[in-house]
Amino acid sequence: MSPLRVTKSRDEFEGEIYESTVVVEGRDLAAPRDGAAGDEVGRPRPRVDGRARVTGAAVYTHDLHLAGMLHAAILRSPYARARVKRVDASKAEALPGVRGVLHRFNAPEVEFRQEKALFRDEVRFLGDEVAAVVADSEGLARYALTLIAVEYEVLPHVVDLEEAASPRAPKIDPDGNVHDAGSYTRGDTRRALREAEATIDVTYRTSTQMHNALETHGAVASWDGERLTVWESTQSVFGVRNMLKDALGLAPAQVRVLCEHMGGGFGAKLGTYKYAVIASLFSMRLGRPVRCVLTRREENLAAGNRSATLQRLRLASSGDRITAIEHETWSNSGQGRWAANPTGPTNTLYDVANVSSVAHRVTTNAGALSAFRAPGYVEGTFALESAIDELALRIGVDPLALRRRHARSRTDPRTGNRYSLKRLLDCYTIGAKEIGWSERRAGGTRGSAPHRRRGLGMASQIWGGGGGPPAYATVHFETDGTAVLRVGVQDIGTGTRTAVAQVCADEIGLRLDQVRVRLGDTEAPYGPGSGGSVTLASIGPAVRLAAHDARAKVLRAAAGILEVRAQELRLERGMVVSEGARTPLGDVMKKLDNSTLIGTGLRHPNPDGLALKTFGAHFARVEVDLRTGEIFVEKIVAVHDVGRIVNPLAAASQVQGGIVQALGFALTEERIVDRGLGRVMNANLEWYEIPTAMDVPEIVVRFVGAPDRRANNLGAKGLGEPPIIPAAAAVANAVANATGARVRHAPMTRARVLAALSMAGIA
Amino acid sequence: MRLVVNGTPREADVREHESLLTVLRERLGLPGSKNACEQGECGSCSVLVDGELVCSCLVLAAAADGRRVETVEALGSAERPHPVQRAFVEAGAVQCGFCTPGFVVAAAALLRENPEPTDAEIREALAGNICRCTGYGTILDAVRRAARITT
Repeated sequence: MSPLRVTKSRDEFEGEIYESTVVVEGRDLAAPRDGAAGDEVGRPRPRVDGRARVTGAAVYTHDLHLAGMLHAAILRSPYARARVKRVDASKAEALPGVRGVLHRFNAPEVEFRQEKALFRDEVRFLGDEVAAVVADSEGLARYALTLIAVEYEVLPHVVDLEEAASPRAPKIDPDGNVHDAGSYTRGDTRRALREAEATIDVTYRTSTQMHNALETHGAVASWDGERLTVWESTQSVFGVRNMLKDALGLAPAQVRVLCEHMGGGFGAKLGTYKYAVIASLFSMRLGRPVRCVLTRREENLAAGNRSATLQRLRLASSGDRITAIEHETWSNSGQGRWAANPTGPTNTLYDVANVSSVAHRVTTNAGALSAFRAPGYVEGTFALESAIDELALRIGVDPLALRRRHARSRTDPRTGNRYSLKRLLDCYTIGAKEIGWSERRAGGTRGSAPHRRRGLGMASQIWGGGGGPPAYATVHFETDGTAVLRVGVQDIGTGTRTAVAQVCADEIGLRLDQVRVRLGDTEAPYGPGSGGSVTLASIGPAVRLAAHDARAKVLRAAAGILEVRAQELRLERGMVVSEGARTPLGDVMKKLDNSTLIGTGLRHPNPDGLALKTFGAHFARVEVDLRTGEIFVEKIVAVHDVGRIVNPLAAASQVQGGIVQALGFALTEERIVDRGLGRVMNANLEWYEIPTAMDVPEIVVRFVGAPDRRANNLGAKGLGEPPIIPAAAAVANAVANATGARVRHAPMTRARVLAALSMAGIA
Repeated sequence: MRLVVNGTPREADVREHESLLTVLRERLGLPGSKNACEQGECGSCSVLVDGELVCSCLVLAAAADGRRVETVEALGSAERPHPVQRAFVEAGAVQCGFCTPGFVVAAAALLRENPEPTDAEIREALAGNICRCTGYGTILDAVRRAARITT
């Protein structure tokens, strides 16, 4: 075994590169040579926990019912901005069954996201936390909230992005509402724009999208006098653990966070929230478990969103080359202190010599943004890929041909590093064939009725998803020969549990049902949060190493028991196979009594000097009703280049789900905020329109599928985010092809389509 | 109140404003039906009352007095899953799984009424259920698969 060493790792997370110090031990394995499936990896496998989920037996955070459990509820500001001058909770406290109230005048000092207090003296959005009640039942806690009298001094507010960015807006931050959120330059865009044969200068908008995972945010906290156990519906058990230990001043070992099953996150549960602190404070005070679960309305006020954006793009071309892209963006971060930068695709997708981008975040009196599946890239790709089509139309070039010319580079233009693997051109070829691109006509074709037009559009996808260290796995054997795999990650619904079981089973030589996966528990060594499409590419290689180590040990032990040489043995689907004999592994293990074989594995750093990216392309066929402005998406073809596919069944489902979420963003999903009241008018599932089974088009999913052997020992990259990135732009481009009208605001509602048709003189 | 839940007579103390969903989840220990929207929009709380598909969050508990209620827990178990449940697993129709019990109950209700539904009928029958993960394609596959198993 090679000695332990400390090194640096540079890894991409949601469009940004981060450097970290990592400890490495031992040697990594080589990636499998080809894309051939193993017994498990590469085969479509139903979820190993599928039956628990379909029968209602799976216990989610919402479902926990602990003995003596109390319920907490949160009072939220009814104003978009106000000073909390006085809180009178006496009536609530006097109510039988109410066990405590916390507010800014009696809460302990808690540090949360660089703020010193849990309850602000100036509440800054409608929905901001003002007080919390804990009571014997949830209904009682919510009733008690209505008895709390709060005196507010209402302050001027602003909720709209463009209003907040104007000089006349009330200043919410002392230094103004518009903040720098990153910039990037290569070449000389000004000069290229001056010297260009053709230019376009266009403005796009995207509205605020809300996650609305079916399980709302929530936590159950239980303090036993020495240790705090918290069950939370989270994408990062370690993230919650670290936040809570800091907020509550506890040692890491005093806080255990668990998440066995969770009901969706899409980025909103990657961060940490005050409800977990509130539940913990009450539990520590009262010595009883406390549950704090958000309502659907709270979810839509205070649990994150995808920022609305305003984006200006200028493109220049000479001959058949795009010579420059200039991109300036403004994002409504609400009360968030960061922006999901929309310029990532602009900076990295195409081989364009001159690129300049500037991103701004704008503070408003609305709930903070949170990561939302490919944050920034969804918004930015809608604008960039619409603009590429607009330029193609201007210069009379097929938009796919124009993209092909700028997608050949083998190096990442931002870093100059070579791609570990890039099969974007293959994505174009496969997708174009599947959608029938050769039948695309400038100006579209007649639809199913005289007032309906049909068109084709496409768009490209770039994203990270290479993952990285640290991540650890252990494998040990039970006395019956089954394996227990422990990992510090969680399964947020994507199928991580099944995928790591497949990797483990193949590497050892077990059947899938002989591997039990333990995850979602901070008692395991560290695993990363499930965000940035990093989970499988981070933990998978560590699992492979742990399983490899375990297999070597079990074969040596079996050799001792069977009195043969280890080299003569192999493991096949749970059987120890030697020359002419097959022995169930369980029979061998029985003879070891309680001796336990433990394999360990860690994630090695990513290779130096290589860019790890995922690529893809979506193609859309739509029909547009020129009289009503309705867009009917008939077919989407999605082709992705994400390395080895561990579970084709789960992967295809992941892509379909991403596309349908993208169609919501493209067509119907939009947070509506009353500017005067600062109030979200559709903070529910009735007026916030998520696609249903009635809205789903035919979706064809294809993978290039070649393992990325240079990326990691599994050859796999992430797939969570890529499928939500290009679909909206593909639809917008198909609509423009069908009608000749360009809709530059997502969602492309009927009103916006009709307005665009009218502008173009069509309707 | 008294009601028959999943074939067993049960009694529960309920407050007059409480929903059937609250009683199932909090009084009768049946958390399979989920509370996700509180207003009958997402279908995660779907159950059968006297054989009729309802959103249990919209049914006043008192209104279920004397009725026969079937929840996802009654359809099948991990050892003996209902054909619809088996089909959901095999078709990969489950991601996070939070909406799944509601879909399973709605699909089972559909196939009881209409064992060979067309695609349009399946979509229509499931239009009251929201799934945020799968994009519905695998769910439609699962119902078609279940229809083949049961007919």
